[in-house]
Amino acid sequence: MIFTKIKRVTKAGFVNFWRNGWVSLAAILVVVITLFAIGSLIFSKAVLESALNHIEDKVDISVYFKSGAEEKDVLAMKEVVAKLSEVKSVEYVSADKALADFKERHKDNATLLQSIEELDKNPLGAALNIKAKEISQYGSVAKFLDGKSDSSGDSIIDKVNYFQNKKIIDRLSNILDSAKKLGLIVSLVLALVSILVTFNTIRLAIYSSRDEIEVMRLVGASNRFASGPFIVEGAMYGFFSALIAMIIFYPIIVWVDPKIASVFSGVSLFRYYIDNFGQIFAILLGVGVFICSVSSLIAVRRYLKI
Amino acid sequence: MIFFDKVSKIYSKTSIALEGVSLSIGPKEFVSLVGHSGAGKSTLLKLLLAEELPSKGSVYFESVNVHSLPRRKLSLLRRKIGVVFQEFRLLSNKTVYENVAFAMEAAGRLSKEIEENVPFVLDLVGLTDKSSRFPDELSGGERQKVAIARAIINRPDLVVADEPTGNLDPVSTREVVSIFEKINKLGTTIILATHNKEVVDSLSRRVVTMEKGKIIRDDKSGRYQT
Repeated sequence: MIFTKIKRVTKAGFVNFWRNGWVSLAAILVVVITLFAIGSLIFSKAVLESALNHIEDKVDISVYFKSGAEEKDVLAMKEVVAKLSEVKSVEYVSADKALADFKERHKDNATLLQSIEELDKNPLGAALNIKAKEISQYGSVAKFLDGKSDSSGDSIIDKVNYFQNKKIIDRLSNILDSAKKLGLIVSLVLALVSILVTFNTIRLAIYSSRDEIEVMRLVGASNRFASGPFIVEGAMYGFFSALIAMIIFYPIIVWVDPKIASVFSGVSLFRYYIDNFGQIFAILLGVGVFICSVSSLIAVRRYLKI
Repeated sequence: MIFFDKVSKIYSKTSIALEGVSLSIGPKEFVSLVGHSGAGKSTLLKLLLAEELPSKGSVYFESVNVHSLPRRKLSLLRRKIGVVFQEFRLLSNKTVYENVAFAMEAAGRLSKEIEENVPFVLDLVGLTDKSSRFPDELSGGERQKVAIARAIINRPDLVVADEPTGNLDPVSTREVVSIFEKINKLGTTIILATHNKEVVDSLSRRVVTMEKGKIIRDDKSGRYQT
């Protein structure tokens, strides 16, 4: 019995969807825009996040040791620093490597290279390049390093460049925080607006059927039997809209991908689209079907009060 | 079978649709409800279908006070009453067949019964060859016959018709009225609200005359008088 009713309601929903072709098409177009907006938010978030990670990854602090510091003391220091919970990675640069890097960097500057050659001793000290997990944690790492000394009590650290870069690091940290917050607010507002637009569109589509709903009630249909087909129809709007939105994304992403890659090197939106296709489709499908069928339910209830 | 007990319907002080109406209708009767527009005929029928609530009094159908029913049981009541409206009120995106079948589907009847009964009733009203047409492809008379087929498909005890011939030409009017007479002979009670004099006179059955929300005359075998 209940199975027969479900079958009849579903079939009526499909038939109405097909016969009200123009209304269905108009509703789907609006819902596609909604889902497209939501999908764009997902993609922009992915681009923003991977760009921010990229920038964050470029930030580090270097600890320069006095040129006379023993290698074993420096390595011991490296061990200690690596164990800090805030630290992601520590790279050891020996004095010789520092000199080689310096020469490589200034290979066009003959005067500078010559003056280096004239020194009988390597003027550069060893260094540790430290990356923290979060930008905001550099402060505490730097504080930990400042004033560390070797076994004999003298400080082996020449300088920590955090204190020179502090301003830039702080500013970047602020920008990243604001970018994330702004992104969240914009997403929420856009999502809300598009949900309201969808709701209104479906309400209008059902408004044109209000008389029919009344007639169904008067010839003895229960509330559920009269409203069921509209909810099935709504769910179909959601399904087709999600499908169309996903298809529209393909050419747009192919087009926009190289442009994004040229601004943020190493960020591939196309890769993200392909890798997360199933997940993003599921999100759009879920959101679309949910918004549309709930809108239908709310809209149709107004006309069932008879 | 139907009993209106001192029913009043007051919209506002200046707009009183019904005032203390008492009316009893027995099984298998054919009652014409006549009167000018605004006399209260439609309101009386709407109260019977629980489309509206009375301000005072109560309405009984088969000993049940229809306004005491919760909304979810109203659909059960309405399946026992077939309704025909002046403006047909068919479902515009369903075919003739589907419109008639809808009333059976809504009542939860078996698909097999539907497949047997719908063609039978369409044959009764003479629309077998138009069963796959949509309402806007039909003439007014044909639409009203579809509406009648839909009203009687669940074999209701009562058929209520509110000005069913109001939008029809004389030929269609005669056809529609003769279908009502046929249904009545098969044992269904009929309440026909109309202000068509010819229709009422040709029936020569019980006539209830209303004016300004009151019943002013009730003749066992009457003619249209105002």
